Amino acid sequence: MTRHITSDDVPALAAGAAIFGTGGGGAVTTSQFGVAAALDLHGPVRLRRVGELTPDDAVIVMAGIGAPTVGIEMLPSAEQPETLLREMERASGRRITAVMATEIGGTNGVGPVGWAAQLGLDVLDADGMGRAFPEATMVAMNVAGVPRNLTVLSDVVGNVTVMRTIDATWLERHVRAFSVAGGSLCLGASMLDAADVPGAVIEGTVSRAIEVGHAMLGAQDPVAALSRTLDASVLVNGKIVDVSRRTEGGFVRGSVTIAGTGAERDRLLRVELQNENLVVLEDGEVLVSVPDLVTLVDSETGHAISTELLRFGQRVSVLAWACDPLWRTERGLEIAGPPAFGYDIPYVPFEPGRTAPGAAGREGATTTSGATA
Amino acid sequence: MSTEPLPAVRGDLSLGVDVGGTNTDAVVLDASDTVIAHTKQPTTEDVTGGIRAAIAAVLETLGGRRAEVRRVMMGTTHATNAIVGRRGLGRVAVIRLGAPAATGYPPLTGWPRDLRDSVLAGAAVLPGGHMVDGMPISKLNPAAVGAFLDGLEGPVDAVAVCGIFSPSFPEQEAQVAEIVRARLGGGVPVSLSQDIGAIGLLERENATVLNAALYGIARGVTDALLTVVQEQGLGDAAVYFAQNDGTLMALDFAARHPVLTIGSGPANSIRGAAFLSGAENAIVVDVGGTTSDLGVVVSGFPRESTLPREIGGVRTNFRMPDILSIGVGGGTRVDPATGRLGPDSVGHRLHTMALAFGGDTATLTDAAVHTGRAGGAPDWSVDVAPATGASLEKALGRAHEWLQESVERLSHGKTDLPLVVVGGGGFLVPDDLPGAGTVLRPAHGDVANAVGAAMSLAGGRAHEIGTYEGRDEAVAKASQAAVERAIEAGADPLRVEVVDILETPVSYSTQQTIRVSVKAAGPLARLGSRDSPPVARA
Repeated sequence: MTRHITSDDVPALAAGAAIFGTGGGGAVTTSQFGVAAALDLHGPVRLRRVGELTPDDAVIVMAGIGAPTVGIEMLPSAEQPETLLREMERASGRRITAVMATEIGGTNGVGPVGWAAQLGLDVLDADGMGRAFPEATMVAMNVAGVPRNLTVLSDVVGNVTVMRTIDATWLERHVRAFSVAGGSLCLGASMLDAADVPGAVIEGTVSRAIEVGHAMLGAQDPVAALSRTLDASVLVNGKIVDVSRRTEGGFVRGSVTIAGTGAERDRLLRVELQNENLVVLEDGEVLVSVPDLVTLVDSETGHAISTELLRFGQRVSVLAWACDPLWRTERGLEIAGPPAFGYDIPYVPFEPGRTAPGAAGREGATTTSGATA
Repeated sequence: MSTEPLPAVRGDLSLGVDVGGTNTDAVVLDASDTVIAHTKQPTTEDVTGGIRAAIAAVLETLGGRRAEVRRVMMGTTHATNAIVGRRGLGRVAVIRLGAPAATGYPPLTGWPRDLRDSVLAGAAVLPGGHMVDGMPISKLNPAAVGAFLDGLEGPVDAVAVCGIFSPSFPEQEAQVAEIVRARLGGGVPVSLSQDIGAIGLLERENATVLNAALYGIARGVTDALLTVVQEQGLGDAAVYFAQNDGTLMALDFAARHPVLTIGSGPANSIRGAAFLSGAENAIVVDVGGTTSDLGVVVSGFPRESTLPREIGGVRTNFRMPDILSIGVGGGTRVDPATGRLGPDSVGHRLHTMALAFGGDTATLTDAAVHTGRAGGAPDWSVDVAPATGASLEKALGRAHEWLQESVERLSHGKTDLPLVVVGGGGFLVPDDLPGAGTVLRPAHGDVANAVGAAMSLAGGRAHEIGTYEGRDEAVAKASQAAVERAIEAGADPLRVEVVDILETPVSYSTQQTIRVSVKAAGPLARLGSRDSPPVARA
């Protein structure tokens, strides 16, 4: 059955996208307002499954790029999505039929639904990450080896760049330069031919975010609802007893320590974070690590708490669940495994249902001293 | 000018007024900040009546010393109530500068429809604004501003102007204000976003529009206060309003920035309670009939919230005290079967409905009386079946846990901060609450909010964005602007000082930038005592 996204789905989409943001991806609220207004104005958008694409279809993959602190002040132009679509169709010679989010996590998971409404296109029920990551290279298309040599960028005043880059590293470098010139904010797009889509995206993530959001917002026990819908483990219910942050090379790095409460009183977990939550440790052992997903939620409301809003004394539940199998391939881990974020630990796939420490790789944790439980 | 100090006890009284939803309180402090008169009167529909009764009551206590009142300071939740109740709001024309940026999000996006309909006279996103590095987004177009103003239909009570990155690059908004005055005349007030809030376009714009919509309400309250001040022969006293962060604004500044009064009720309570207890750094809990409101005072100032705040369904980012409200109050219902707390309260009907007063509803007050925790009222008794007694005990235990969690949440790990308890339900807070330091219960805690108003400072805040290398310059610029704003708000130029500097790194740019936010504050300049020499404060 074909399904549509209506303005009634937007709060759920936003709440779900924040959950998949794993602490990063930017605040969803501003996008949420914009997307609800766009759906009210242009009507619902059709959500298409990957299996429903025909050879005639081509997908524009879109994301806002830049500093979140700037993004709350200098908001996008209404023209940018149309500019990107027009230039991408001109440069590729293809007629674009659907929009896909580069990342489902955070604000970039919400915005594309509004852009699709505005452009009269469908939304593809998929994204490039299945979560949030800090770099444009950390996408499924890169793991699958689909060439993404054509990129279009647009800034708020109307400047457009069409880039043909030789690889993902150069792409990242040039995107940054353009973003800075445009006031540390731009909108970017690449293109996927329908034939290249299967195996090069994380499927079903838009409908999953909406489902997760609806389950959480309507639940008596939001944390239990999240755990059930995500097939996630609640690693601990506790309170934050320490937050430490430092800025290194333009990125925020830090850690947050959570002391268990109630029956879990004796437990002490540490979450290592950069823009996203990356590694969870207990007694010096790694419980979960990137690319598997870790989100801290408010124990009462279930709402995701982004890394910059973590504060001492907050009551939180730490949720962890498995990433898409694509990220567990050799190439996937090379791009987004622990070493890609500077952690010298082996990746051990996280399996839901496991809440006690001990099952994770005991040989790991060389760069991280153990939690002082 | 004489340098001979007069005796500090004469001729230098401060009168604080707090207009709440239920009560209007007034206090008088002498030059050593001792409470020498206090009263609690019902708030009236017209506001003026309650203010009149409260001020008359404390002046009567003062007797012959009434002529020594030099300052009148008011705190109020009136503006908040107007927004929440959609009453008496003006119609506002909104000009955003920054097109083509931000055109994807029209002004008043996300507002409740009824509030938008009653406030919005028209909106436009026009060329102007700046990027984070100061690059103009587009050139300001005065003709476009004029055309928008000419095209407005219906009455316009005020204009709100919000430019992208205007807190860092403020000149353009001022230019637009000039254009508006030239077109619409000086009778239509203009609200500039740089005066209202920090970085965060939609939230700052929302607060600016609310500010513009509140001009009429603000005039009503300031007129009410001035009327009573004149009636009571206090015409020589200087009149101030308290703002969200516990500092004061001169009356004409308050009239232009009414939205800054929105959190002043809780802010005054925090400051007043901390002051009465003698603690510079403390957690304050005000236990009322329906809720307990907790806040933190740091070096005498209420700690501000860093999260966007919603007022009447509108997201704003103006300065607000970091307040945690929980459903623990003297009138909070207790389920006699299970001991479940609330969620609702019997409120002001406590004195007829609670078991302790002969009613048939179990409340937290009854739980405290039953367990002997109520203190001070030995004749109270609650005679219940053992099962109900167990439920009451359980409920009180849960209330204590909730208070403890809240204290821990606010204390950021400092377990030695004193806990100052004020409000009629203060007995619900035990003396040995885990996570809290010494529990202090100051005298006159029931009028802490009026005390807070009477002893506040004048302050101002300013923001700058700079490179890492230019950090010191950014701090210096922001400090200077903050000091100027504090002086504009009434601070003594000789005693104003920087009290807070916040720095936020801006990531994802090749040039490392930071945002600094500086607060300055100082005691009020003694403008009210122009015919007498400066008076030394004890």
